[in-house]
Amino acid sequence: MSHKPWIGQPVSRIEGQLKVTGVARYAGDYHVPELLCGYVVNSAITRGKILEIDTREAKAINGVVEVFTHQNRPSLAWFDLQYADMDAPSGAPFRPLQHDDIKYNGQPIALVVAETFELARYAASIISVTYKEERFSTDLESNKDKARNPKMGLATFLKPLPAKPSGDFDKAFSDATAQVSADFTHAAEHHNPIELFATTVVYEEDGKLTIYDKTQGTINCQLYVGNVFGLHYNDVRVISPYVGGAFGSGLRPQYQLFLSVMAALELKRSVRVTLDRQQMFTFGHRPPTMQQTRFGADAQGKVTALSHEALAETSQYEDYTEVVVNWSNMLYPAANTSFGYKLVPLDVFSPLDMRAPGGSTGMHAIESSMDQLAYALKIDPLALRLINYTDFDVTANRPYSSKELRQCYLQGAEKFGWSDRNPEPRSMRRGHKLVGYGMATGIWEAMQVLARVEALMTAEGKLEINSAVTDIGTGTLTVMTQIAADELGLPLENVTFSYGDSKMPFAPVQGGSFTVSTVGSAVKAAGKALRKKLLKKAKNMADSPLKNMSEKEVVFERGGIALKHNPDVIVYFKDIVATRKNKAIKTTNMAFPNVFKLKNYTRAAHSAAFVEVEVDEELGTIQVTRAITAVAAGNIINPKTARSQILGGMVWGISKALFEETVTDHRFGKYMNQNLAEYHIPVHADIHDLDVIFVTEKDEIVNELGSKGIGEIGLVAMPPAIANAIYHATGKRINQLPIHFDQLL
Amino acid sequence: MQTNPTGLKPKIALANSRVISFHVNGIPRMVDVSPWVSLLDALREHLDLTGTKKGCDHGQCGACTVLCDGKRILSCLTLAVMKEGSEITTIEGLAQDNHLHPLQKAFIKHDAFQCGYCTPGQICSAIGMLSEGKANSRAEVQELMSGNLCRCGANTNIIDAIMEIKNAGGYE
Amino acid sequence: MNNFNYTRAKNIEDAVLSVSQNSDAGFVAGGTNMIDLLKYNLIHVTLLVDVNHITGHQAVTENADGGVRLGAFATNAETAYHPLIEARYPLLSRAILAGASAQIRNMATNGGNLLQRTRCYYFYDPHTPCNKRKPGSGCSAVGGYNRIMSILGTSEDCIAVFPSDMCVALATLDAVVTMQGVDRTRSLPFAEFHRLPGNTPERDNNLQPGEIITSIDLPANGFEKNYSYLKLRDRSSYAFALVSVATGLDLKEGLINEARIALGGVAHKPWRVKGAEDFLAGKPPTPGNFATAAEIIIAGAIGYGHNNFKIELAKRAIVRNCLMALNPESQRPGAHPSL
Repeated sequence: MSHKPWIGQPVSRIEGQLKVTGVARYAGDYHVPELLCGYVVNSAITRGKILEIDTREAKAINGVVEVFTHQNRPSLAWFDLQYADMDAPSGAPFRPLQHDDIKYNGQPIALVVAETFELARYAASIISVTYKEERFSTDLESNKDKARNPKMGLATFLKPLPAKPSGDFDKAFSDATAQVSADFTHAAEHHNPIELFATTVVYEEDGKLTIYDKTQGTINCQLYVGNVFGLHYNDVRVISPYVGGAFGSGLRPQYQLFLSVMAALELKRSVRVTLDRQQMFTFGHRPPTMQQTRFGADAQGKVTALSHEALAETSQYEDYTEVVVNWSNMLYPAANTSFGYKLVPLDVFSPLDMRAPGGSTGMHAIESSMDQLAYALKIDPLALRLINYTDFDVTANRPYSSKELRQCYLQGAEKFGWSDRNPEPRSMRRGHKLVGYGMATGIWEAMQVLARVEALMTAEGKLEINSAVTDIGTGTLTVMTQIAADELGLPLENVTFSYGDSKMPFAPVQGGSFTVSTVGSAVKAAGKALRKKLLKKAKNMADSPLKNMSEKEVVFERGGIALKHNPDVIVYFKDIVATRKNKAIKTTNMAFPNVFKLKNYTRAAHSAAFVEVEVDEELGTIQVTRAITAVAAGNIINPKTARSQILGGMVWGISKALFEETVTDHRFGKYMNQNLAEYHIPVHADIHDLDVIFVTEKDEIVNELGSKGIGEIGLVAMPPAIANAIYHATGKRINQLPIHFDQLL
Repeated sequence: MQTNPTGLKPKIALANSRVISFHVNGIPRMVDVSPWVSLLDALREHLDLTGTKKGCDHGQCGACTVLCDGKRILSCLTLAVMKEGSEITTIEGLAQDNHLHPLQKAFIKHDAFQCGYCTPGQICSAIGMLSEGKANSRAEVQELMSGNLCRCGANTNIIDAIMEIKNAGGYE
Repeated sequence: MNNFNYTRAKNIEDAVLSVSQNSDAGFVAGGTNMIDLLKYNLIHVTLLVDVNHITGHQAVTENADGGVRLGAFATNAETAYHPLIEARYPLLSRAILAGASAQIRNMATNGGNLLQRTRCYYFYDPHTPCNKRKPGSGCSAVGGYNRIMSILGTSEDCIAVFPSDMCVALATLDAVVTMQGVDRTRSLPFAEFHRLPGNTPERDNNLQPGEIITSIDLPANGFEKNYSYLKLRDRSSYAFALVSVATGLDLKEGLINEARIALGGVAHKPWRVKGAEDFLAGKPPTPGNFATAAEIIIAGAIGYGHNNFKIELAKRAIVRNCLMALNPESQRPGAHPSL
């Protein structure tokens, strides 16, 4: 029987059984003999200096081993560069326990290490700190005058700054038949994976470190630890096979990694530090951002003028940037444009990529403005998108490698029943509820970076694939196994994908929806190389039936290499390995983007979201009763896990539109709702009928797999689609996220 | 500004642990714990049953849900000493002789998890909910499962998995 | 969280004696709020007396006067799903089921529900002034982020909200709270159990140190024909009320014989206004009359900025919930507005 490709099949998660039985161990789940527990003390002020930190009483407690502060921390690396991880923006990275300076509220200022978790937590609670407080600023709105251009850095390579203006925006806007302008804001949001950030550092007998860390990049953390603590990389192993959600929060090493490694090295003991839920609000977050759009169109609906400006928060020590304003002209080819993106440094921790960073922020403003424009022109919102449809990216003066967004619009609208919509606001109702239909477009760049993968054929004829990449719940393990199995024509059970370990070949941090394209391409490259090697060795076997056969004349299937024209002739992999005294045949290969080919095309995934909301006319309460997202993201490797990714993105979109915000009291410069009771993410009762369509999209340019990534594209179109549906239901245009029901009273 | 956040002084002898016994997943277990050890930490740190997860430690996420004498409770807001003599069932105790519980199978089939961290709590909670017998519709299942947050957004798949088992008339 | 000693009380007398002899001692029943507060270092005990193994206070039983007695140590779930409560006090059942989550309701007890502390952000944050947590330190919620705070019965010292749903129904039903101390047992009408903040916001209620709630008695009239509980909040479930309303109506020949309306989420205690209920007595159950009653209930409400919306929202919620009470079938799981 010939090999039926695994790519495209809805394979259930390979690690599923381990996850539903509680066997899968996450970073804080590893049991180590004589393990010490660390608990972090955080700053109670927002800016200033620590005058005194009194740890005597805490240290006097029997069972408390040590309290680390800036006063007794070991000597560490000197240079900013040594603290800069792969995802560091330009600036000077935050260094825990560096000195007596307080840069933000909740900054870690001490680590208590004790025999038990309870003792460490208690001792942390009795440390008294005297501060000298300084004036601080945490409010974006009232510090707009401090806005400045972001500093350029390595990060600007993946996150380009806005395009230069084109045409004459002011004239085109004032000449436009329809003009809309609007301001948009959203508060800070925190990733809040349900797993708390944790690191278990095993201090091995030879002084080497085995580190179980919650991260999206094992090698990123390995290099960070090596650089900061002056250790040989080979003496630091970071393992992270199961990650309890991350959504960007694990793209940079978090401070519990630093603190636990420091304690382990100083005490020569194994140490675990787990943050508590409040402490999950003391590092990166989606930055509050203020946006202004001005869109103009002619009478036929052609968008002629686009202006989009954004002002975003960053910290005082790093210039975190996002791609917020670059999207509108990629979708709508207006000739007159003006874009601006500025930062306001405030006394906060540096913001950090959070699912669909920048894109979800910018698309909210863009797609809400397009809806407004549709109403100004009295054109159906979907029709307006089709009038302005393009296969050419005017911002880069090149075509898209593929773009089936039109099919997303059409198939989504058909399945949703968009044509039943009465465009008049407040015109559709059910009982007490006003019903609204809204739609929006989504776009996310399809990226690929470098990765290496090792492939081995074992004596049993089984394939082993190794990569340092993590699986944060996206399905990486399953998808890579599928790709690898297809390369050698094997059943899934004969393929083992080992991952989440810095000892394995290089993989970048897992983010930006580029993991399948990046690591998957490397799996393909390694599979291809292994095929070549196996064939060569098979040909050299005594009396080989494959002698003189080229790769074109054979197929890899049924655990061996068979002749295409005579499938009965087959040389089994295990027999090939046997000729090498059962020593596994192995290859390590790198895949990187083909820049010469890619530079001629813009690569992006697209989506169209259609949303129905019900709003109680008197009470304002909002329910997203149903939603459909149609996605064009190239080749879908596993429709089952891919669908879950899109559903997850849609839930995030609902959450962003209606629930999530970290509230700051600027008098204190601190977040007030640092818990999951008051930081609202949706519960089961908030999530109703969600549907996903993957439209067929062939792309032979983007990468060898033809895949574009799906981690973010499910999110970006949802918030504006919901805001637009609420406008349709109520006639109220709320441009501030999240939309609280009382704004509709 | 001076902070001694709690004003607490070490007032009490910290070594007041005692051996308590309860059944965990049908097996009699003894643990030596002080009163301030939560049932969650006793399971995870003392019995190495780390399938039960800590997501907030304050009763706000449901990841630590276990069954205590058949009822779903939050192990983070329970002191281990309060459960002396009880019968605790955790996620590790659901599969029998290597056969997955039907809900565990349904979770895999419906892809009712991504990262898997809230999953043990979701499954224990769903088992508790089905045995309570108070949910008659999908809307009621959604409401009665709302104590279990899922950050990956697997909500619809989770409810689909539970509804499949519920509509099949349970599993016993 | 500090360590403490732990003991299981055999009977109420033992429990009360242990706690009254030690000013740093506390009772634990469900633990859902107590252990939360201990972990946040908001309360400190040196002794926890576990009352879960005291017999005689876990049941829901009929009283001779036709009413029903709720044992203080019965869980919220046992109470909400008890056949007597479902049949005769469905308003109470609905209110309980609108609160917290199924797991918490399986743990939390009736007595504990009355004693839960506010969810005010500043109460929970030891680094900000809060008169309830630290008397005399000031109120950060006035002039701070106060979306969830009170609009009625506030003082300049405190605008915190009492977060219970169950208690809104108990207030509506005119429940009676019985508590036991070392040397006496006493009862208080529900309206007199919780306090307004005044200048002593540190005291949530009139329970004396060392006293324990042993039972809650419900009078015979459960308004089981016309009742409704409506809860409005920032997500559909597992969130505290921004505004909630409990309504019980006794209708006779098309007119309101007796009306009871209580609000949650708007004050330091469940909010009832006799004048509004008197106004409705003898009148037809029309939206107009309910709206007038709502105006009477909300009279004097003050917004503090972020919570201004509660004034209008509460009025509309009262009207809607009274209309829902006319047709209790219109209630939905989770105490959402009728369709």
